[in-house]
Amino acid sequence: MERVLLARVGKKDSRAIDGYIADGGYAAWKRVVGGGLTPEQLTEEVKKSGLRGRGGAGFPTGVKWGFLPKDTKGKPIYLLCNADESEPGTFKDRLLMEEDPHQVIEGVALSAYAIKCQTAYIYIRGEFYDGARILDRALAEAYAKGFLGRNIMGSNVTLDITVHRGAGAYICGEETGLIESLEGKRGQPRIKPPFPAVHGVFGCPTIVNNVETLACVPHIVARGADWFKSIGPEKGPGPKLYCVSGHVKRPGVYEASMTITLRELIEERAGGVRDGRTLKAVIPGGSSVPIMTPGEVEECATDYEGIVAKGSMLGSGGMIVMDDTSCMVNVARFFVEFCMTESCGKCIPCRAGTAQMYTLLTRICEGTGTMDDLELLIELCGTVKETSLCGLGQTAPNPVLSTLKYFKNEYLEHIMHKRCPAGVCNMAGESAAEPAPVEVLA
Amino acid sequence: MSHTRYRIASAGKPRPFPPEAMTRIQETLKRYPTKQAALLPVLWIAQETFGWISKESAEEVARILELPPSHVDGVLTFYTMYNLHPVGTHLLQVCTSISCHLAGAGDLIAHCRKRLGIGLEETTKDGRFTMIEVECIAGCDRAPSMMVNDKYYEPMDEKKLDGLLDQLSGRA
Repeated sequence: MERVLLARVGKKDSRAIDGYIADGGYAAWKRVVGGGLTPEQLTEEVKKSGLRGRGGAGFPTGVKWGFLPKDTKGKPIYLLCNADESEPGTFKDRLLMEEDPHQVIEGVALSAYAIKCQTAYIYIRGEFYDGARILDRALAEAYAKGFLGRNIMGSNVTLDITVHRGAGAYICGEETGLIESLEGKRGQPRIKPPFPAVHGVFGCPTIVNNVETLACVPHIVARGADWFKSIGPEKGPGPKLYCVSGHVKRPGVYEASMTITLRELIEERAGGVRDGRTLKAVIPGGSSVPIMTPGEVEECATDYEGIVAKGSMLGSGGMIVMDDTSCMVNVARFFVEFCMTESCGKCIPCRAGTAQMYTLLTRICEGTGTMDDLELLIELCGTVKETSLCGLGQTAPNPVLSTLKYFKNEYLEHIMHKRCPAGVCNMAGESAAEPAPVEVLA
Repeated sequence: MSHTRYRIASAGKPRPFPPEAMTRIQETLKRYPTKQAALLPVLWIAQETFGWISKESAEEVARILELPPSHVDGVLTFYTMYNLHPVGTHLLQVCTSISCHLAGAGDLIAHCRKRLGIGLEETTKDGRFTMIEVECIAGCDRAPSMMVNDKYYEPMDEKKLDGLLDQLSGRA
């Protein structure tokens, strides 16, 4: 497949607006603003393209836009570009924003036009200082060229885009957490419904789309929905960015159609696991999705349905590869620690449940766990999964349950024989990691 | 994670914003339909102005944005990037999330600990370095990744880290 989203990455001055225009950039925007396409036609085109959200859930973008009320009763519509990319193992949006910011901005502009939005925000995680500076500079260029602002290029189209920096909170990648954060609050997710399309930021209809999703839109407008659909499988059309990291020889962002298999991505693109090692497990879509074993990886398609069929999820496309030096119990504990640290504290199952899961896993890793602990852990996983408010808590047990499914022996070794088969865990009753305080008990 | 993250230290004196910061705040307010929405950006301006956010700064922000001080405190303690007490000139942020962990982030922390004589969330006596661990900073393809203040340094190893620390200490 030809490079689409990454076509300009690595080019000299890939960030400058003149280079972007010389490569055909903003042509779609000029055509649309000039009346070449109505908002309804643009939405229809995106619907027809089959573009699905690249942030994690894979929901069809055009359909999402269609959830906006026809009559907003005078309220403005907001578009929020989710650039909070915080899912461990995911680093594609950072690349898109740092290397080709105008592609993202044109995507935001076209999508804003499609949903009749005049104010859009790019919510970028606080750690992306460079990304925010690069986007700010690119926005200033776009304003200077008259591509943004009031009555763009003499039309009646008005659009302002503002970069809004987060300040360190994983949960702000969840769309309602992001909305709360943008309103100047703690980023605690809201109960849905009402959905953001009806009642989002500032009480107004709001669409939240991921950076990569929006970056696809200029290409759909420029080259047509049919072209977009011609790439990849029917249910997963268009180019996709995969982030491969962990124990591989060539970690990086790889662009491919979703017909590529997981094995091809890991073995061919990323060079496979380090010499002398064997593949043990892969987490295909950021840290919150279930783990896969080499058996599943072998013939796994990398589209949304293909990975679901193998018991996991495409998620953010952040693939973490682990070789035989990894201890699966330790990895599970590691992810649960992350969820515990990043839990926003709003709902009890997540706030207290992840902390208790962490305590139980720590005991197992340190050789003091019992079979009762394991049983309690499994039960707790069910509760946290079923009753948490948002995706963080709902997916927090995934790494535990999936490692238990495939590597139960490792758990049993830790518990029954006080032995870590991979030799990672310190079984002396004190782990190398610092104990985290468990302060929150329900 | 430690309790210091939730306690907002006092600067011991009022912290009015200098005029240039006030101008930035006024410009920022224009981008949002409510004053409260400008809270995160205004807190960033406070941190960029003073290096950290004191109780007094938080009160000043609350006054400017017409928010209850308790709301500002709640927001400040929710997000991890606002420094609620003074930090060293160079804030070493070592990513210890999965891919960096697999690539040996723990060794980097151990190395800093040995070389600088500080643990996590501690500052060297000369006030030059503070070390913290951070969650995934999207540098997984260049793991282990770390940041010093607002700049990425990746991929890192102990030798590069030594060079960087020498440079930042003015010894190279």
